[in-house]
Amino acid sequence: MQALPPVFEKWFASKGWSIHPHQQEMLDRADAPALLLIAPTGGGKTLSGFLPTLIDLADGTHEGMHTLYISPLKALAADIKRNLTTPVEEMRLPITIDERTGDTTQTRRKRQRADPPNIFLTTPESLALLVSYEDAPRMFKGLKRVVIDEIHALAESKRGDQMMLALARLQTICPDLKRVGLSATVEDPAAIAHLMARHPDPCDILLADPGPAPDIQMLTTEEAPPWSGGGAAYAIPAVLEQVKQHNTTLIFHNTRAQAEIFFHNLWLANDESLPIGIHHGSLDREQRARVEGAMVRGDLRAIVCTGSLDLGIDWGDVDLVIQIGALKNVKRLVQRIGRANHRYNAPSKALLVPANRFEVVECVAALDAVLAGDLDGEARGPGPRDVLCQHILITACAGPFDADTLYTEVTSAGAYSNLSREAFDECLNFCATGGYALRAYDKWQRLLQRPDGLWQLRDPRSSRNIRMNIGTIQDTDTLKVRMRRNRGGKPLGEIEEGFVATLTPGDTFLIGGQIVKYEGLREMTVEVSRDAAKKPKIATFMGTKFATSMQLSDRVQQMFTQTSWPELPAHTAEWLHLQRDVSQLPQPGRLLVESFPHDGRAQTVIYGFAGRNGMQTLGLLLTKRMEEFGLNPLGFVATDYATLIWGLDPVEDPAPLFDAHALHDGLENWLAGNAVMKRTFRASATIAGLIERNTPSARKSGRQATFSSDILYDTLQRYEPDHLMLDITREEARRGLVDFGRIEEMLERVGGRIDHRKLSRVSPLSAPLMLEMGRVPVKGEAEERLLAEEAARLMETSGLAQITPPPADKPKWRVGW
Amino acid sequence: MNTHRFTLSDTQLEALPSGALFWPARAMLCVSDLHLGKAERIARRGGAALPPYETRDTLTRLAADLERTQARIVLCLGDSFDDLSSARALPEEEKLWITRLQAGREWLWVEGNHDPGPVDLGGTHLAQHVDGPLVFRHVAETTQAGSVELSGHYHPKVRIALGGRTVSRPAFLYDQHRLIMPAYGTYTGGLDSRAPVFAPLLQPGACAVLTGKSAIAVPMPR
Repeated sequence: MQALPPVFEKWFASKGWSIHPHQQEMLDRADAPALLLIAPTGGGKTLSGFLPTLIDLADGTHEGMHTLYISPLKALAADIKRNLTTPVEEMRLPITIDERTGDTTQTRRKRQRADPPNIFLTTPESLALLVSYEDAPRMFKGLKRVVIDEIHALAESKRGDQMMLALARLQTICPDLKRVGLSATVEDPAAIAHLMARHPDPCDILLADPGPAPDIQMLTTEEAPPWSGGGAAYAIPAVLEQVKQHNTTLIFHNTRAQAEIFFHNLWLANDESLPIGIHHGSLDREQRARVEGAMVRGDLRAIVCTGSLDLGIDWGDVDLVIQIGALKNVKRLVQRIGRANHRYNAPSKALLVPANRFEVVECVAALDAVLAGDLDGEARGPGPRDVLCQHILITACAGPFDADTLYTEVTSAGAYSNLSREAFDECLNFCATGGYALRAYDKWQRLLQRPDGLWQLRDPRSSRNIRMNIGTIQDTDTLKVRMRRNRGGKPLGEIEEGFVATLTPGDTFLIGGQIVKYEGLREMTVEVSRDAAKKPKIATFMGTKFATSMQLSDRVQQMFTQTSWPELPAHTAEWLHLQRDVSQLPQPGRLLVESFPHDGRAQTVIYGFAGRNGMQTLGLLLTKRMEEFGLNPLGFVATDYATLIWGLDPVEDPAPLFDAHALHDGLENWLAGNAVMKRTFRASATIAGLIERNTPSARKSGRQATFSSDILYDTLQRYEPDHLMLDITREEARRGLVDFGRIEEMLERVGGRIDHRKLSRVSPLSAPLMLEMGRVPVKGEAEERLLAEEAARLMETSGLAQITPPPADKPKWRVGW
Repeated sequence: MNTHRFTLSDTQLEALPSGALFWPARAMLCVSDLHLGKAERIARRGGAALPPYETRDTLTRLAADLERTQARIVLCLGDSFDDLSSARALPEEEKLWITRLQAGREWLWVEGNHDPGPVDLGGTHLAQHVDGPLVFRHVAETTQAGSVELSGHYHPKVRIALGGRTVSRPAFLYDQHRLIMPAYGTYTGGLDSRAPVFAPLLQPGACAVLTGKSAIAVPMPR
C-alpha cells in the first residue's frame, strides 16, 4: 500500500477526512496502463483520479503537462479547476492548472500552447482540435496521465469515439501515458473498460462501495397532473413548498424550453422572494458563470436546470433533487439523483414530478426499477466510420502521416479494434478523393500520397476549414440574443435560427427567465427589449430527448394488464379506467389501433410497445403503406409505446396495412427516400467532412450560395447508391432505427389479432401523443394536395386568381394595382 | 405537364415545373443559374469533394425539357458555369453532351457574375439579349417603361405554411415588369422571397410560381 506523503496526510487530517478505500486503491495502482473506477456520485471520484497526479507533482520537478483531464461538459472543467485549486493552494503545491473549452479566449489558448500547465482540463472537442496542431507533440510532451471524467456519459456517444481516437494519437506521442476512467454506476462496466483500454491491453475495473440506496419518491400533489403536456405547472406550489423545506434544491427538466417556462411560473409564485436561479446551455456564458458562482457560495435556494448541470458537478450543499417530467432512463435517473446529498454514505433524496398522467405511470415503473437495482442500457455497435473520417482529416492537419501507422493506431481504440484494413482504406480514400466511382477529383484531391508514401493535405490552407468543423455534436444553428440598447446591449443567450424565423417583431418569448419582445435581427444578432407581458410566446429551445429504455417500456406494459391500480394516485388510475371505458387498454398478444378525427386530420394510433426505435420504424413503414392505399398520410410521431399517424383520410380497416410481406417488400428501396435517412445523412456527412457546418460568416454571405444536404443525398442515391457515405448513413440509421426483426416479432406476437377502435375524439391514452415532439413529416401526395389547395385559397383571397393565369383569348393582364 | 401559363407585355409564357421558362411563339427555352461544374470548383478551392454528378443531373433535366418542348432556341441566363475554369474543366463526356443538345438549335449564353466571359463551347455569348419587349439579363436592373426584364441570379425560393408544416421550393417571381427565374442547376440553394432584396424589385401583388411536381402559382410571400 502506498502511504500518503506527510503534507497530504496533514491536509486530509486538517479537513477531518480519511482516505476512502477506493482512493487508496487508485493510488496503489497508479501505474496500471488503464484503470476504470466505478463509484457513486459523492464518492470522491475526482480526487481518486487526481491524487496520484498531485503526489507526483508535489516535488515540483516535472516540466510541462503531466495530467490531461477530459470531461464531457465545459462547466465541469471549470468546476474541477475550482475544486483542485483548493487543495493545491492549501498544501502550497507547485502545480499549475488551466482549462480549455470552447469558451476559452484566444490569448489564453495561445499561452497554453506555448507554456502548457501541469494539469490541463478540457473537453473531447478541444482535445481533438489540439491534436490537429502541428505542435501537438511539443504541447503534450511529458504527459503521463489522462483522467476521463464521467466516461459513462461519453461512452454513449460519438464524442467518446472521437476522444478515444485522439487518445490513440496521444499515446503514440507519449507511449507511457496511463489512462484513468471515472464512471458513475453503469450496467456493464466491462463495455466501458473495452472502449477505454489501449487495445489489446487490459483495463482493470475498480468497484467502489455503492453506498446506501437512494430515497426517491413521487411528489404527491392535491391537484391532478394534466392529461398531456410537459410543463408540470400544476406542481408549482408543491415544489415551492419543498424548496422552502430544504437548503438547496436542484430542479431538473428534460428540455430548456420546459426549464424556462417552469422557472417563469415558479418566479411568479415566489411570494417570499426566495433566491432561485436558472441554468441551461442556451444561456449566455456570463449568466451561467454568475449562477454557478452563486450556487457554490450557497446563495441560491433552488436552481432550475437541464442536463447542462447533469454531470458530477460539485454544487455544494444540495440536499434535494427534483426531477420534473418522467426520466426516460433508469440509469440516468440514478445518476441525477446522485447530485443530492453530496456526502458519501448518506442516502440521496429525490422527488419525481410527473408532468402528465402518462408520466405518472412511467414514474411508478421507474421507481420500481430503481428499487430493484435494475439499470438499463443498450450496447453500442462498432466505432462509427464518420468519426473515423474526421479523425483522418484531423491527423492530416497535424502533418504528413503513414497509413499503416495510422491504421495500427486507430485499431488500438476499443471501438475500432475490429475495423478491417479494407474499411479503413475506404475511409482514407473518401477523405482523399471523395471516393467516387467517377474519378472527378484526381487533380483536386484533398489528401495526396507523396512519393515517400506519406499522406498530406494537398492545400495546407484547408486545415483551417477542417479545424472549424471538428466535433461530433449535431448542433442546430443558433443566433445570439441581445437587449436592444444603444450599442451592444446585454447578451442574454442563444436561440435556434429556426425559431427566430417564426418570430415577427412584437412577439414575446422567454429567455433566462425573463419575457422579452422581439425587435428585429441586426447582423445575425436577435435584438429584444424587455416586456411586461405575463404570457410569452414559448421559446422552442432544443433539448435532449431521452428515449425510454425497453426495460421501462416493458414495466409500463405490464401495468396496463392489471385490473386496478392501487399503487397509482387516484387521478391516474381514473384516467386508465376512463381509457378502458371509452376505448380499451392495450393487451398482450393483441394490437390496439385507435382511429379518430382531431385537429382537422384523420388520426390513427398504434400501441405496439416495440420501443421508440421500433415504433419509429413502424411509423415509417405504415405511412408508406398508407400512401399506397391512397390514405394521404402527412406525418407521424413515435414514442416507446405508440405511433401516432395523421393524414387526410381515415383508416377504415387497419388489417391490410399490417401485412407482413408487403411491409417487408417495400422496406429496402423505400428506406432510402425517407426524412429520417436524410437527417442521418446530414449528421454523418457533416462529421465526415463532406458538408461544412454553417459558420456565422457563411450565413451572412447569403443563403443562395449554400444548398441543402438533401440535394447531395438525392444525387448520391441516384448516381452512386453504393458510395461509402450512403453505406455509413445506412449503418448509422440502423443504430437509431431498429431493424425489421423487432417489427416482425411484434406482428408475430399479435398474429393478426388487431383491435380497431373507431372513436369520435382523442382517447385518454392517446392524448399525450398529441404534444409529443419529434414529428416526422411524410412527403407524398398529401403534401401536393395541401399545397395546391393552399395556393388556390391564397390566389382567391388576394384577388390574383381573377387576373392570372389569363386564358390566352381573354384580355391581357397589364394594369397596375 | 402541369405548367403555369401567363402573359407579360402581350407575350405568352409558360413556367415549367422544372424551373425552365418556355416562350412558345419563339420556341425558346430559358434556364438560369445552372452552375455547371460547381462540385469541381469547390474541390479546387480546397473544399469537400461533393458527389461529382451535378452536371449530368442538370443536363439530364435540361434534355428532358428540350424533348418535351421541342425548343429551337435555348437561352442560358447567366451563371451557367460556376466559374470560367470549371467551364473549361468540364469532363469531355459532359462537353460532348452539351454539344449534342446544341445540335440543330440556336444556343445563347448570357453572361453572369460567375461566368463573365465566353466559354469554349458552341453557341453565342452575350452580355444581354433583347427580343421584342423582353430583355434577358443575369441580374435585375431598373426597367424601362414598356419593356419586361427577365433575370436570374437570386435563386428565389418560396416558403408556404401548410398547417403545421412548411414547404419551401425554388420559384419564379414576377410582376408585370419583371420576372426572376429560379435556379435550374442541381447544386443550388435558394433565397427566400421574403428577403429584403426582393421587396424593391417586385411590386405589391406580384406572383410566385413554385416548381416541383407541377407549377403552382401563389401570391408572392413578402
